[in-house]
Amino acid sequence: MNAATRADVCVTACADAWAKDGGILASPMGLVPTLGARLARLTAAPDLLLTDGEAYLLADVPAGGPADESAPAIEGWLPFGRVFDILANGRRHVMMGASQIDTFGNQNISCIGDWARPRSQLLGVRGAPGNTVNHATSYWVREHSPRVFVPKVDMVCGVGNDRAASGPPSARRFHDLRLVISNLATLDFATPDGSMRLRSVHPGVSVGEVIAQTGFALTVPPQVPQTRTPGEAELRLIREALDPDNRREAEVGRT
Amino acid sequence: MGSSGVDKSMTIAEAVGQIRDGMTIGIGGWGSRRKPMALVRAIARSGLRDLTVVSYGGPDVGLLVAAGNVSRVVCGFVTLDSIPLEPHFRRARREGRIRLTEVDEGMLRAGLSAAAQRLPFLPIRAGLASDVLRVNPELRCVVSPYDDAEELVAMPALTLDVALVHMNRADQGGNAQYLGPDPYFDDLFCLAARRRLVSCERIVPTAELVAGSPAQSLLLNRAMVDGVIATPRGAHFTSCEPDYGRDEEFQRRYAQSAASDEAWAEFSGEFLSGDEADYLARISERPRS
Repeated sequence: MNAATRADVCVTACADAWAKDGGILASPMGLVPTLGARLARLTAAPDLLLTDGEAYLLADVPAGGPADESAPAIEGWLPFGRVFDILANGRRHVMMGASQIDTFGNQNISCIGDWARPRSQLLGVRGAPGNTVNHATSYWVREHSPRVFVPKVDMVCGVGNDRAASGPPSARRFHDLRLVISNLATLDFATPDGSMRLRSVHPGVSVGEVIAQTGFALTVPPQVPQTRTPGEAELRLIREALDPDNRREAEVGRT
Repeated sequence: MGSSGVDKSMTIAEAVGQIRDGMTIGIGGWGSRRKPMALVRAIARSGLRDLTVVSYGGPDVGLLVAAGNVSRVVCGFVTLDSIPLEPHFRRARREGRIRLTEVDEGMLRAGLSAAAQRLPFLPIRAGLASDVLRVNPELRCVVSPYDDAEELVAMPALTLDVALVHMNRADQGGNAQYLGPDPYFDDLFCLAARRRLVSCERIVPTAELVAGSPAQSLLLNRAMVDGVIATPRGAHFTSCEPDYGRDEEFQRRYAQSAASDEAWAEFSGEFLSGDEADYLARISERPRS
């Protein structure tokens, strides 16, 4: 089988985010995290609960992204109200996107510019404030750039480590910021002050590139490992079972 | 027609005639899914002003904002689902034409639940340490009176003057049924409102409501409903599973109408100048690609 592409590596990195989660709900936002969650379910995390992006829990792990389900077998019902319940209950690990993410992992999907009259209105805060103070949260960034990785986000939707630390204890009781996976690298918050750290660079990416594409000072360990590449069995699952049309390729930025 | 209770059926005009300038309107559905669009279109044509709209927002918000009916939106998002960003809402925000109360999705449910239970607020963890508290300075926190002493957001009741929801089926008395995958929060919108107006694909006898589908699909009972309006294809162009899916082509056309004042004038002239019957005629004669 051909060597793993960048998109394959990103899918595997997303899968690894859920590898040790056990029987909780995986909520991936976007195609690459969705493929990752499904790969995790088929490999390291068979107990993971997956949804069809509508209102059903999947018994089978179907091919493709949330857009093109062809009535896969289901194992349960999870309408939005139940998602809110499981969210507050904590048995969930979400991987959201980020229009901006900052040094301490604060995330913005609401708007760019002054909130009162934004230069660009985006989605809105959605469930990010609740997700981040209730259960495990990771992020996927398809195009790692200084426009996304900013010193300070314009609107804190997803709560970062500094905000959680300075808020009331109730804000950090269940706060659990895990990973940021981009098209260039995997990052975490394993630093004394909870700021972002370079955990691994994807094959073919230099540490210097990641630093240049990040709009704040990253913690960079003396030795930065390479993100692991998928094994033969994982590659086969990604390419033949999960995403045979290679839609993931267009979802991974070229920076 | 074999219905329990008094006959609450009414026309679209009668329903929208109950709405006044300045009212707070809750709209059911979610994003571009099962929105009471026939009623929304009637409001867009009505000239009503200064409405506050509470919604898991989709084209209901965008259309009313574009038509100039709305001064304030209470939501956690506005999206067309297959088109992630709602262009009319984006434009209105950029131009500073509406006030926004932006809260987490769970906070919106807590606010509707509080109103439904006639409580002043309900505590919720969502919002803590986020900028939701910065952009809504009127929001307060409460401290648990128990030993944990946890500080939580006190989400105030979102009491609605009017709730508008769209169901697949209803009887004349106001028992109403959803047949799709998700009830969304339509029951909560009705419980949170003083006037509850339910449009549906078809009004059927009560026995027919119960015969074909599990009793759990009967989301609304008569005590939750004041008016029932038969609006076939009344959720168009949003989805109303299993009766019909989203009209993606029409939704793209709607989205493009946010490009300029001229584009909006053309769209609203073609699709909003007549009544609902004209609208249905327009969309059925539209060439299919």
